[in-house]
Amino acid sequence: MQWEVVIGLEIHVQLSTKSKIFSGASTAYGAEPNTQACTVDLGLPGVLPVFNGEALKKSVMFGLAIGAQINERSVFDRKNYFYPDSPKAYQISQLYYPIVGEGHIDIDMEDGSQKRIGVTRAHMEEDAGKSLHENFQNQTGIDLNRAGTPLLEIVSEPDMRSAKEAVAYMRKIHSIVRYLGVSDGNMQEGSFRCDANVSLRPKGQEEFGMRAELKNINSFRFVEKAINVEIERQMDILESGGTVIQETRLYDSEKNETRSMRSKEEANDYRYFPDPDLLPIVISAEEIEAIKQTLPEMPDAKCDRYMAQLGLSEKDAKALTVDRDMADYYEQVQLSINDAKMAANWILGDVSAMNNKNGLEFKDCPVNAMQLTGLLKRIKDSTISGKIAKEVFEAIYSGEGTGDESDADAIIDKKGLKQITDTGAIESIIDDVIANNPGQVAEFQSGKDKLIGFFVGQVMKASKGKANPGQVNQLLMKKLKP
Amino acid sequence: MMYNKTIAELSAGLKAGDFSSVELTQTYLERINTLDEQLNSFITVTPERALEQAKEADVQRAAGHAGLLNGIPLAQKDIFCTKGVKTSCGSKMLDPFISPYDATTIMKFNDSGAVMLGKTNMDEFAMGSSNETSWYGPVKNPWNLDAVPGGSSGGSAAAVAARLTPAATGTDTGGSIRQPASFCGITGLKPTYGRVSRYGMIAFASSLDQAGPMTRTAEDAALMLNVMAGLDKRDSTSVDEAVPDYTAHLNDGIEGLKIGLPKEFFSEGLDDAVAKVIESAIKEYEKMGAVIKEISLPTSKLAVPTYYIIAPSECSSNLSRMDGVRYGYRCDDPKDLNDLYIRSRGEGFGPETKRRILVGTYALSEGFYDAYYVKAQKTRRLISNDFHQAFDEVDVIMGPAAPSTAFNIGELTDDPITMYLSDIYTIAVNLAGLPGMSIPAGFAKNMPVGLQLIGQHFAESKLLNVAHQFQKQTDWHLKLPESFK
Amino acid sequence: MSKLDKSDVEKIAFLARLGVDEQDIPEYVTNLSNILDMVEQLDSVDAEGIKPMAHPLDAVQRLRVDEVTEVDDRENLQAHAPETADGLYLVPKVIE
Repeated sequence: MQWEVVIGLEIHVQLSTKSKIFSGASTAYGAEPNTQACTVDLGLPGVLPVFNGEALKKSVMFGLAIGAQINERSVFDRKNYFYPDSPKAYQISQLYYPIVGEGHIDIDMEDGSQKRIGVTRAHMEEDAGKSLHENFQNQTGIDLNRAGTPLLEIVSEPDMRSAKEAVAYMRKIHSIVRYLGVSDGNMQEGSFRCDANVSLRPKGQEEFGMRAELKNINSFRFVEKAINVEIERQMDILESGGTVIQETRLYDSEKNETRSMRSKEEANDYRYFPDPDLLPIVISAEEIEAIKQTLPEMPDAKCDRYMAQLGLSEKDAKALTVDRDMADYYEQVQLSINDAKMAANWILGDVSAMNNKNGLEFKDCPVNAMQLTGLLKRIKDSTISGKIAKEVFEAIYSGEGTGDESDADAIIDKKGLKQITDTGAIESIIDDVIANNPGQVAEFQSGKDKLIGFFVGQVMKASKGKANPGQVNQLLMKKLKP
Repeated sequence: MMYNKTIAELSAGLKAGDFSSVELTQTYLERINTLDEQLNSFITVTPERALEQAKEADVQRAAGHAGLLNGIPLAQKDIFCTKGVKTSCGSKMLDPFISPYDATTIMKFNDSGAVMLGKTNMDEFAMGSSNETSWYGPVKNPWNLDAVPGGSSGGSAAAVAARLTPAATGTDTGGSIRQPASFCGITGLKPTYGRVSRYGMIAFASSLDQAGPMTRTAEDAALMLNVMAGLDKRDSTSVDEAVPDYTAHLNDGIEGLKIGLPKEFFSEGLDDAVAKVIESAIKEYEKMGAVIKEISLPTSKLAVPTYYIIAPSECSSNLSRMDGVRYGYRCDDPKDLNDLYIRSRGEGFGPETKRRILVGTYALSEGFYDAYYVKAQKTRRLISNDFHQAFDEVDVIMGPAAPSTAFNIGELTDDPITMYLSDIYTIAVNLAGLPGMSIPAGFAKNMPVGLQLIGQHFAESKLLNVAHQFQKQTDWHLKLPESFK
Repeated sequence: MSKLDKSDVEKIAFLARLGVDEQDIPEYVTNLSNILDMVEQLDSVDAEGIKPMAHPLDAVQRLRVDEVTEVDDRENLQAHAPETADGLYLVPKVIE
């Protein structure tokens, strides 16, 4: 039988606010246990939540960026369940009236086409604390620092048909929240994680199959792997005539398998109802419009502009716009040197390669945009060749320089890398080369034109790469073929 | 006698230097020490803290920095979190809970220079109408030690009535200030919902809870409310509405005041003797020039069932945080996580609290939410609408605060529904979020009867004025139970 | 007529993680059923088109400025906790 895979994702994005969604405690990562859990986060008797306006603003920004409807009135509900990382025994979330309604994003398919993935809704909620199972014999330790951290849960339609599509969707959402600055998207720190609902159905059937929910996957690579092993598992069951049961499963990246999370399977009834400690959140059309004015250019629009205005290829434009830090960097360099292609080639080439080699994100690139600008300007004005430029780039990358545009010049000076453009100087090198290679000269003059490369190489070598290659070519021809 | 004075009189005495706050505080601590054994109105008495605060108040006064309630001893209902002091809410569950922070109301009283004598007894988590659900045992009514003081603020009411404190705080979710005020013959004011901060006041039903003063006189209630009222940024439901000086209009005349009497408050279920007292109180108002008008609040008959969906639903969720993990009672040797929850909560909560948690859990559970909770919230609006229509025609609404005088301890404990009906005239006011008062209006069978006054949102000044005018003409609020003289 | 039976009460009690003594269950069944009977009066209300009332003043949420206002107060907050170690609250082992 031919099976069709159906995937929907629930992505939890930590909104980058200084304080928690309902308290004034810090959201900074990595503090000592429970030092950032205040009376409100601990759910002490008598405490009350007060909503952080920044969480609202950032949620609305996301909604606007995906063309979604923003609900002018949204309501916080309580989701009641007992668990030690949930200090009030309810999570404040939005079930009935979420802040963001229906929207969509477009993902790129492998064949170059685009596919529209529906976003059902996005709602604000508070994160839970953390359970630590190690170090305590037969006991679990609870750290509530994370409790009350603002989250935006983005729920997709079951529109994805493969693990690759799911990853593309997740990457796109990641790119959007990073662009907007609503989240740092840091997956190691849990600021961006997802649950995947996976099911299979016979191809052509409209009704969905029974689904399993894969919980808390926190890397792009694991999402793809987890979904694929889950697809295999379900296919094995279905092919052998079994039935998939609806359950929550956990992906074990070491064993590359999913396993049932029995603890989540107790018959749950969350008894949602509007939180009477909080009032409806009302945001006017004018306020929404004002937030809209603050939205940055989004990746799709940027990509289109790079192609139309700067004449970049679709491939380069896409690559430059995935990461906002890279795009910002690119634009700064491009504007300064006024050479869109050169800037693109360098950033997608040498700069990216060095970052990859060093395992660095673009935002942590040791060569800043001004430094690169200074370097590329020297290629453009023929002070150095492209090849020498790589040497200078590596020097800046490894920390030489002070972070200014003049760093390239200083290194060129210090190392004596300035290109030789003086005709007399080049001619004297050429004369030496000709004198030292009579055999090759004869062969060349008898018609072996390819040998010009040999002479250029020799001259460049003798000049330590500093001779202007164009001039070298021109003068060689003049001298060899009088 | 010093102990029989009102806040207004005591403030004057302190100001004149007739006595110091330390002397005053000692007087009340002694009374509590010798008399409270009969009443059980305090869960915790804090003599050292009180004397320290009194000393500080005297210093402040000498330095010319006397706050609004400088040197005045008060008792706080044990529902307000008080830093460094046990805050039990009348429950075994919170018996080990020493609050690490102060409720906003406690902070405001501290700032005003008031002295806290201790924390008063109450129904467990404010769930009850007789103070019999307290883990610390029932409170007795100073007018008859076999009778209940009402609830849930029964400890505060009894302590004020017996002059163990000049005044106390209470909280009112369905009548918990007004009904015990009525049963004990004192003045109790439940302000407009959102008028007084709920921060640090242990939540029973968040959308109904409201704190207010329990005093001897309307004037004292005004002085207390001056300190308690106001916006609190820590409480999203508190209201940003200017706080007037509540004493400013106490002496305004009330000629021409339009008083509405809801016919539903005078029908079957109202004790005849209570009805007589209320009728004569209304006559007193007529003598003062008020105009009486019969009105109708047709949906108010559904207030009790509406309340018994909303309040238990909210409380079932509010009390879930008491799970034996971060504070409060934890059972011995839990064998696993669920055992920890189930036994800590099973052993920590009393039967009435459990009953309400169960009702609320059921009402919110899958398949019932719309039929119960949503329906109750809609009915709530209809009840509220009735009041607003009535206020198009009248200035204040009056009626009994409770259908009877205080009943005997143990009389209704096996009959929760009849017990619930003792709040039949007060509950609708909470559902509509309106301010309400109970003031002493006379006696039926030797037990006090309270007249209830209900006003529009934020009409506390008006209610206090109307109550004060009554107290200028009558002396019911001056009566003191024989055995506490 | 009883609205609830023993198993309903047991189920609700578990949802609420509330220990109820076996011998008390019949009384809870009766109490709860009586309360639900009383609540049935709401069936008589025509609430068609009425907006549910969550806040008596129909107020809306105030927004807090995004500032860190709380400092570490762990020692004070854990002073009376049932069981802690290394700054963590301890509970019986949780199996995931």
